[in-house]
Amino acid sequence: MELNGAEILIRFLKDQGVEHVFGYPGGAVLYIYDELFKQEDVKHILVRHEQGATHAADGYARSTGKPGVVLVTSGPGATNAVTGIATAYMDSIPMVVITGQVNTWAIGSDAFQEVDAVGITRPCVKHNFLVKDVKDLAETLKKAFYVATTGRPGPVVVDVPKDVTMATTEYIFPETVEMRSYNPVVKGHPKQIKKAAELLLAAKRPMIYAGGGVVLGNGSKELIDFTRGLGAPITNTLMALGAYPATDDLFVGMLGMHGTYEANMAMHECDVLISVGARFDDRVVGQIEQFCPDATIIHIDIDPASISKSIVVDVPIVGDVATVLTDMIALIKDGKSGQDDKALKTWWSQINEWRSIDCLNYDRNSDKIKPQFAIEKLYEITNGDAYITSDVGQHQMWAAQYYKFDQPRRWINSGGLGTMGFGLPAAIGVQLAHPDATVACVTGDASIQMCIQELGTALQYNTPVKIISLNNRYMGMVRQWQEFFYESRYSQSYMETIPDFVKLAESYGHVGMRIEKPEDLEGAMKEAFAMKDRLVFMDIITDQTENVYPMIQAGKGHHEMHLSSERELA
Amino acid sequence: MRHIISVLLENEAGALSRVAGLFSARGYNIESLTVAPTEDPSLSRMTLVTEGSERIIEQITKQLNKLVDVVKLLDLTEGAHIEREMMLIKVRADGSEGREEIKRLIDIFRGRIIDVTESTYTLELTGTGSKLDSFIEALGATTILETVRSGISGIARGDKSLHA
Ligand SMILES: Cc1ncc(C[n+]2csc(CCOP(=O)(O)OP(=O)(O)O)c2C)c(N)n1
Ligand SMILES: [Mg+2]
Repeated sequence: MELNGAEILIRFLKDQGVEHVFGYPGGAVLYIYDELFKQEDVKHILVRHEQGATHAADGYARSTGKPGVVLVTSGPGATNAVTGIATAYMDSIPMVVITGQVNTWAIGSDAFQEVDAVGITRPCVKHNFLVKDVKDLAETLKKAFYVATTGRPGPVVVDVPKDVTMATTEYIFPETVEMRSYNPVVKGHPKQIKKAAELLLAAKRPMIYAGGGVVLGNGSKELIDFTRGLGAPITNTLMALGAYPATDDLFVGMLGMHGTYEANMAMHECDVLISVGARFDDRVVGQIEQFCPDATIIHIDIDPASISKSIVVDVPIVGDVATVLTDMIALIKDGKSGQDDKALKTWWSQINEWRSIDCLNYDRNSDKIKPQFAIEKLYEITNGDAYITSDVGQHQMWAAQYYKFDQPRRWINSGGLGTMGFGLPAAIGVQLAHPDATVACVTGDASIQMCIQELGTALQYNTPVKIISLNNRYMGMVRQWQEFFYESRYSQSYMETIPDFVKLAESYGHVGMRIEKPEDLEGAMKEAFAMKDRLVFMDIITDQTENVYPMIQAGKGHHEMHLSSERELA
Repeated sequence: MRHIISVLLENEAGALSRVAGLFSARGYNIESLTVAPTEDPSLSRMTLVTEGSERIIEQITKQLNKLVDVVKLLDLTEGAHIEREMMLIKVRADGSEGREEIKRLIDIFRGRIIDVTESTYTLELTGTGSKLDSFIEALGATTILETVRSGISGIARGDKSLHA
């Protein structure tokens, strides 16, 4: 029996095991929406803006490891999705975005709602396709899922012209797909792995630096075994929080621009560094010339292009982190007796000395709500077991520093692109994937306004997200930079008008709360989290001029940290 | 250093713009780029001439390999190889002396005259990029009306070959 393209598309999604599609209709995708209407297997989540669809699919993907799926119309539907596609691309999130397109015969004629979606998205996708013939549709969709979810994951766009959705052909679900030009490597080179293990065992000051690749590659368990086997300190990047449990003794905190003193100092002083699925981002590395000056560097990454891109490494290992670590764990076990225990002990006493500085301490007696205090309370009240999404700014850094993530896929933020507006739609996606879990979105007064319309989506699909808004009445992160580097000229980092978030939440049918005093916070949070079936917008009025510390200025070395305005290092 | 990179890629719409886009997005140089289908019409062969430090070239080859449309790639400059470029050049040729001189010159360079009018010659010449440069130089005072260069095509010497 012949099916039309729209039927094939929906049938394919079902056969591919897709349960949720995040989208927004329009002319070019009306046949597809008509097919959606006729079935119940694939659930469509109607967002309020296509950017919201991409972030929600992204949150869904980050929290499950399954690809997020998006469906938008041509023209403005596609362009609105671009920010979310780029966000997913920068953080290597598996996602398939289906964009409607004008009829094949109208392509290139500046038709109504025509944009070159393949052209516009090319630099921010792992790959993209334009389907010109309905006969290619199912196979192209299969390729899209295959490319999005294998190797270094990423978003894939499939642009489908309207006439392709009307044209008919035979449909057979392609169980497998082969692409001669795409064969991601999984297994690491045994010689390189052996060399790495030997270096690590011989190290006097070993250091493990784990990145988002561990989360993406589901390598947490292996990372834990490896780290404990070696007995070395470990730091996680912003993208890897939870990949190694934050409450474990070997964990020295996040590293980088707003990382802990002990993590950054250990990076600076180590003699052998192993990077596991991390990409030496500039916010982590600081000044390239001063990066890990004494270290021999080992780098495990599934993407060869990530290796020696900014920092030249000594032992590159291309492969899947979990697979490579498994090989490495065995070698470490065998060679354990040869380790220099005395040197390791000295290294740890040095690290503990750095730890004793207690770099994340803050004024706990303030009569204002300190943002750090708010996150600590959030951690306590959710028993450290919530899914936390975040927006971008100071609140993001505080959430990363003070919420101690013990499991991967719990911390969901836009690290690479730094997209304000990500938090709320991402939280909706997470909640849909985990209906019974506690999901909170840590946000700021500016960020939340960028995708605030998704409050409507949250009501429609009953996703009881808790919004933890650290309201400092500033674009705090911008204000902080202006204070430090532009002599406190607060150019356009203050909004004269901010909505009454309590009323705003209420007008969308949710619960709003405003908390102004530190002593009220705990009670209010308990009350909010007890409302299991309601979205609660907690507008927390925080200390307006608090800054994020520690801080390494862009372009400085890891040993050149600022601890706080009161405390400087000698 | 100058590198000649040979790329075998899927002969699909957009494959070329992926390569071109990669170079502009990452700020790499392209000196020349030629592309055409191979004996297998589903594949295109591209020769890319670029310039950069060893580290940049390493990144370029890695990033090219990462493109989903790229099947295989070879940095020809790593081994013995042959490079050729074709040039079509239209020159003013009036007056018997000038015409004779150009004929002699194109003979020396082993090129050919492929079109003639009363006042012009169109010449065809194949060789390395620098041979073509030398020919242009050798034309001296002759008026060049137009030059078209194909960009470099390259192939490895010996039995080494790039195939899917
Ligand atoms: C879409 C977008 N535009 C601009 C920026 C630059 N930016 C980074 S943080 C920030 C301020 C965020 O303010 P807010 O959400 O209130 O968070 P705070 O820093 O105050 O906690 C801005 C404007 C960005 N990251 N994303
Ligand atoms: Mg703010």
